[in-house]
Amino acid sequence: MSKYQVNSKGYYGPFGGAYVPEMLYPNVEELQTQYLQIMEDPSFKEEFDQLLKDYVGRPSPLYHAERLSKRYGATIFLKREDLNHTGAHKINNTIGQILLAERLGKKRIIAETGAGQHGVATATVCALKGLECVVYMGEIDIQRQAPNVARMKMMGAQVVAATSGSKTLKDATNEALRDWINNPVDTHYIIGSVVGPHPYPDMVARFQSIISKETKNQLLEKTGKPNPDIVMACVGGGSNAAGMFYHFLDEENVRIIAVEAAGLGVDTGETAATTALGQEGVLHGSRSILMQTEDGQVVEPYSISAGLDYPGIGPQHAWLFRSGRGEYVSATDDEAMQAGLLLTQLEGIIPAIESSHALAHLEKMKFNGDETVVICLSGRGDKDLDNYMKYFNL
Amino acid sequence: MQLNKHTNGLLSIYFTAGYPTLDSTVQIAKTLEEAGVDFLEIGFPYSDPVADGPVIQHSSEVALKNGMTLKVLFEQLKDLRKHVSIPVFLMGYVNPVIQYGVENFCRSCKEVGVNGTIIPDLPMYEYEELYKGVFEENGISNIFLVTPQTSEDRIRKIDSLSSGFIYLLSSNATTGKNLQVEDKAEAYFKRIKDLDLDNPFVIGFGISNKETFAKATTYANGAIIGSAFVKLLAEENYLERIPDFIRSFR
Repeated sequence: MSKYQVNSKGYYGPFGGAYVPEMLYPNVEELQTQYLQIMEDPSFKEEFDQLLKDYVGRPSPLYHAERLSKRYGATIFLKREDLNHTGAHKINNTIGQILLAERLGKKRIIAETGAGQHGVATATVCALKGLECVVYMGEIDIQRQAPNVARMKMMGAQVVAATSGSKTLKDATNEALRDWINNPVDTHYIIGSVVGPHPYPDMVARFQSIISKETKNQLLEKTGKPNPDIVMACVGGGSNAAGMFYHFLDEENVRIIAVEAAGLGVDTGETAATTALGQEGVLHGSRSILMQTEDGQVVEPYSISAGLDYPGIGPQHAWLFRSGRGEYVSATDDEAMQAGLLLTQLEGIIPAIESSHALAHLEKMKFNGDETVVICLSGRGDKDLDNYMKYFNL
Repeated sequence: MQLNKHTNGLLSIYFTAGYPTLDSTVQIAKTLEEAGVDFLEIGFPYSDPVADGPVIQHSSEVALKNGMTLKVLFEQLKDLRKHVSIPVFLMGYVNPVIQYGVENFCRSCKEVGVNGTIIPDLPMYEYEELYKGVFEENGISNIFLVTPQTSEDRIRKIDSLSSGFIYLLSSNATTGKNLQVEDKAEAYFKRIKDLDLDNPFVIGFGISNKETFAKATTYANGAIIGSAFVKLLAEENYLERIPDFIRSFR
């Protein structure tokens, strides 16, 4: 058993667990006792693989970005999760969870969403399977992300405004948890990241681990070696990073770099750089690292990228950070926007602003010319055009 | 602190510390005791109260804006036992407790004379593994919740870990939803009563009027009123109205 994976009690080192009120205990326990069994069932695997291939379009390409490589003096590959159906890695998880929900006999699906990518990915699989879908989204995010709200509605989902607290992702998650408390029997909650009570962090990481599994095969084919020197990904809650790192965690020679959103700067108070500023605590069902006051009240994060605008990180990331296995760094709004523009100009790929954070860290790295680097390009930038237009006065 | 298993009709009130004003906490507690309330839950606010409906969410938000913290609360409760003699439980989410330090928290509870705690998102496993020792050393009873979905095995386990009372949720719901007194709920209350647990049990969530209080206390040793009381605190002259409010349940 890997020391970086979840143990039998649902913990990664001191992080993880299932800090849920008794009302959610039966739901969580049902998942805890059944998720591995269901995921390892041959009929589940077959349907999951088939849908990933025919519906999502996997395997996603591993693209050797030559002009980017030349610029930084390393061999840089991009894992093209942006080419998936619905435009990001999120669909890998929602496909897995909808199949799981079906096998648990659930009739109704709920989800939280920030920018709307996970909401769209959830509404998509609900349409695919003909299940009722309710997506909680902060009132402010609904105004900011109208096209994604429209997508969800077209697919038959009901989008419910979260009007409590800061009216963003954290509050949408609270509302989804409240819905689950009130509808314990027939409803499955598709959490979109590697957060939440055990077994969610492990379950979501397993569904996303397809990213690193494919990467190993593709690298072997392209370079003759299955392992790169460095893997990199952006981290909000951390699901694309968890998938990108998964099969490299025990390969101690592979450097693991996670890039958080520094917002306006780590010390400005307008930031989402959780590991830089956070303390150990409990939010949304697990013990992890989160940004909070001395009194234990959760602090509102800020990032230009809605997908990274979360005050915590998944418990596995907290453990990779604490144990020193992963290097956790951050990139500001400005650094990410410039990196996004650079990739567009050098490679003709417009990245999601989330993914641009991972790219931005290249500027701060020193290469000696022969390293192989894989960066998870977690999403495409179509949804961010408004932001790019405003930022660069296009 | 053990409620008496053979007492019936206990009436308990929940309210959020620091609401409606920062320093209203002790005065409300005192007035409730004078009005004949049998024991109290004083809530300490949290930014992300996932088990609560809109009324208690709102009171928590206002209390935080007013400046309520665990530190402030323990300062306010320093003279609690000069004014209030009925049992007092603190109720809130685990994260503020972790930041305050679980050991410090238990010690502060003991110092001010708080009898026990209700921390809904501190599950049984984590309590037993990590914190049971320090709660017991300080004589603080930790109260666990039971819902209609809780299995009998788990209820028995909870009973064996409990030392105050068991908090029975009237239904699987967030706070503030009116209890539908129907056969299903009654069957559930009766099922728990028939388990003949070692600890007394009281019913909370959705108790908002005389009818629901009477139904709950037919089976349980008592019932807890939360959201319905917190709503009263939003009104003018709420202190003067407390005695009538309490009378209306009995």
